[in-house]
Amino acid sequence: MTQTLLSINGLTKAYPGVVANDDVSFDIGVGEVHALLGENGAGKSTLVKMIYGLVKPDAGTMTLRSQPFAPPEPRSARADGIAMVFQHFSLFEALNVAENVALGMENPPPMRDLARRIREVSETYGLPLDPYRVVGDLSAGERQRVEIIRCLLQDPKLLIMDEPTSVLTPQEVEILFETLRKLSAEGTAILYISHKLEEIRALCDAATILRLGKVVGSCIPRDTTARDMAEMMVGSSLKTPEPSNRTLGDVALDITGLSVASPSEFGTSLKNIHLTLQQGEVLGIGGVAGNGQDELLAALSGEIRSAPDAIKLNGAPIGHLGPNPRRALGLLAAPEERLGHAAAPDMSLTENALLTGSVRKGLASNGFLKWGATQEFAEAIIKAFDVRTPGPANAARSLSGGNLQKFVIGREVLQDPKVLVVNQPTWGVDAAAAAAIRQAILDLAGGGAAVLVISQDLDELMEISGRFAALNEGRLSDIRPTDTLTVEEIGLMMGGAHGMEVAHV
Amino acid sequence: MDLSSINPVLLVASLMVAATPILLAAIGELVVEKAGVLNLGVEGMMITGAICGFALAVETGSPLVGFVSAAIGGALLSLLFVILTQYALANQVASGLALTLFGLGFSALLGQDYVGLKPPATPRLDIPVLSDLPVVGPILFSHDPVLYLGIALTAAVWAVLKFTRVGLVLRAVGENHDAAHALGYKVVRIRVLAIMFGGACAGLGGAYISLIRVPQWTEGMTAGVGWIALALVVFASWKPWRALLGAYLFGGVTVMQLNLQAAGVAIPVEYLAMSPYLITIVVLVILSADKSSAPASLGRIFHASN
Repeated sequence: MTQTLLSINGLTKAYPGVVANDDVSFDIGVGEVHALLGENGAGKSTLVKMIYGLVKPDAGTMTLRSQPFAPPEPRSARADGIAMVFQHFSLFEALNVAENVALGMENPPPMRDLARRIREVSETYGLPLDPYRVVGDLSAGERQRVEIIRCLLQDPKLLIMDEPTSVLTPQEVEILFETLRKLSAEGTAILYISHKLEEIRALCDAATILRLGKVVGSCIPRDTTARDMAEMMVGSSLKTPEPSNRTLGDVALDITGLSVASPSEFGTSLKNIHLTLQQGEVLGIGGVAGNGQDELLAALSGEIRSAPDAIKLNGAPIGHLGPNPRRALGLLAAPEERLGHAAAPDMSLTENALLTGSVRKGLASNGFLKWGATQEFAEAIIKAFDVRTPGPANAARSLSGGNLQKFVIGREVLQDPKVLVVNQPTWGVDAAAAAAIRQAILDLAGGGAAVLVISQDLDELMEISGRFAALNEGRLSDIRPTDTLTVEEIGLMMGGAHGMEVAHV
Repeated sequence: MDLSSINPVLLVASLMVAATPILLAAIGELVVEKAGVLNLGVEGMMITGAICGFALAVETGSPLVGFVSAAIGGALLSLLFVILTQYALANQVASGLALTLFGLGFSALLGQDYVGLKPPATPRLDIPVLSDLPVVGPILFSHDPVLYLGIALTAAVWAVLKFTRVGLVLRAVGENHDAAHALGYKVVRIRVLAIMFGGACAGLGGAYISLIRVPQWTEGMTAGVGWIALALVVFASWKPWRALLGAYLFGGVTVMQLNLQAAGVAIPVEYLAMSPYLITIVVLVILSADKSSAPASLGRIFHASN
């Protein structure tokens, strides 16, 4: 390795009740691509916030180019050549690209010069952008380009990227990696946070693994298998979900020519969707976020109504029915957004169990609620899905993401659905919980139910689904068996590279 | 009915006077809302400014001292809103309503000894030749300085929001306070300054009523002008020049209908009295059809989680 750029020594940060970082130490070399690995809550975000000056460490020191480094605020971190691309975009939707870039710079040049430089840099790195477009109109991939270009214009020495590929197609990821390799060859160090292990193996020179705030190991990703890295993250061996018998029955769900307008102004309308789903089958729907996934779930759950014949459940037209009649017929759904859509944040788990379970589990009679039966149902979910919570009286908000997701999926699975539709079942969930949820989906299909999984995690879809299709701008691609698909083909089904090019320099 | 008694030149000149308090308060509130804060206490800050300005102008004999202390009084009262919403993280709607009620009561208490007094007159601009021109003279060159200040403030706010870095940061804070915080901008500090600016502008607007438009002090004399200013900001789509247009339109129709009443037009007084509200709303609703929306963080409480 060449000389050290940033050296971290014994960084510690505690919040009330939890130690986010405990004596964390590692080095990043000049031009090195360094991966930071860990489950949710392992302390990755806190660590990079300390490097970027957003959080002050309780103990420990950092040295940058052999000089003591303790940024009191992001401004001074930026002045020292540290730039960060955030996990949740830190963009201003009502402002245009150039204004967004200017806000991330210390001494921005006048707007006209800045617009010209944005064009130059964006074309040099194959990330074309119009500086005068309003960010609210851009796609997720284009928004990320804005963030990256904002960083590149400051000529950073260390670029921190927090889960940058979660919103990109495989082709876009490839182009991003080309850009990052180019930057690394020019001497820019990159600290890369991700839980996509194959990406880390393809890109990174070194990796540091965090678990519960402590460094538990480091490795050279090229020479380590993804499985070994995952087990270091989790701290125990992982079970790969196993499909039960895959015998397919009759057609359970039949969608013919489904077209619905999106209820939200910035949403994507569904255009002429056709698909059939058989009993015992898991069908995976991929695609970049915002291409109609939310609308498809809403059209199936009954939040958006359609023509009666567009959706048929076991041969009966249900397109005109609302959510509760559909639940009664056995079509259940678990939406993506856990807090606010799948669960009411400030209501208890018992109340949340009642909200979707009352129809199929008979938890209400003549308008009166059966609290005893409901509580038993909630306890059954907690027990069957290993939800870590003191009890069903706790508010949904108090659960961690993974635990609440297990509860939300378990609530639908235990209602014995004939067809289950889930959107992003393991989004933001740690590896162990994700494996448990996937296993539950496979077991449900093994029991004869049909499952439609909408997800942006392609590895997940390849693992659990028998057939795959992609949503692109509200249209569904052909449905193909997963075992014959290549990554290349999946990328094309998802809509290709959305106008990105490989870096020109 | 005798419409010839209405003098168009005087009408225009007096509509500018009628519009200025609304304009001052609206421009201040526009800056506050652009920073993502909804302060419903405009009425309370105006009436506080009105009595502070009136009292000090009477005591010192100087209208200038009156206007300066009105701005200070409005800004000081807005500090109460700052403490409630920016530090105690209280609900902005409730805090703003409380501020209005408090301001109305507090000003009545302060003003007990000033009922029936006459304030010193504010000198008007008198430029040789220019002020004596027919038509143009009375409309453009013989007003009091505060009226010109209102127009200058509109231009300044427009230019600062559009062309300067301070304006960009202010808009960014109002648009997405979490992202602005992540980039290292001081969200609370920027909002506190914006709220105080809004308070000072509202105070000036109030003093304009008590020192120039109706030169006297009576309890509750702002009579809803603060609420009109609040509505104007929304209907003007948070654009300074549209706020000016709306204020002048409202002032114009108000003066016009008073003139029509005096001229004895055969329309019931109630219809004339409601016309300023109706016409202003209709025009601004048509103008605001271009979808420019509210600052995205408007009214949301900011809490730096780390």
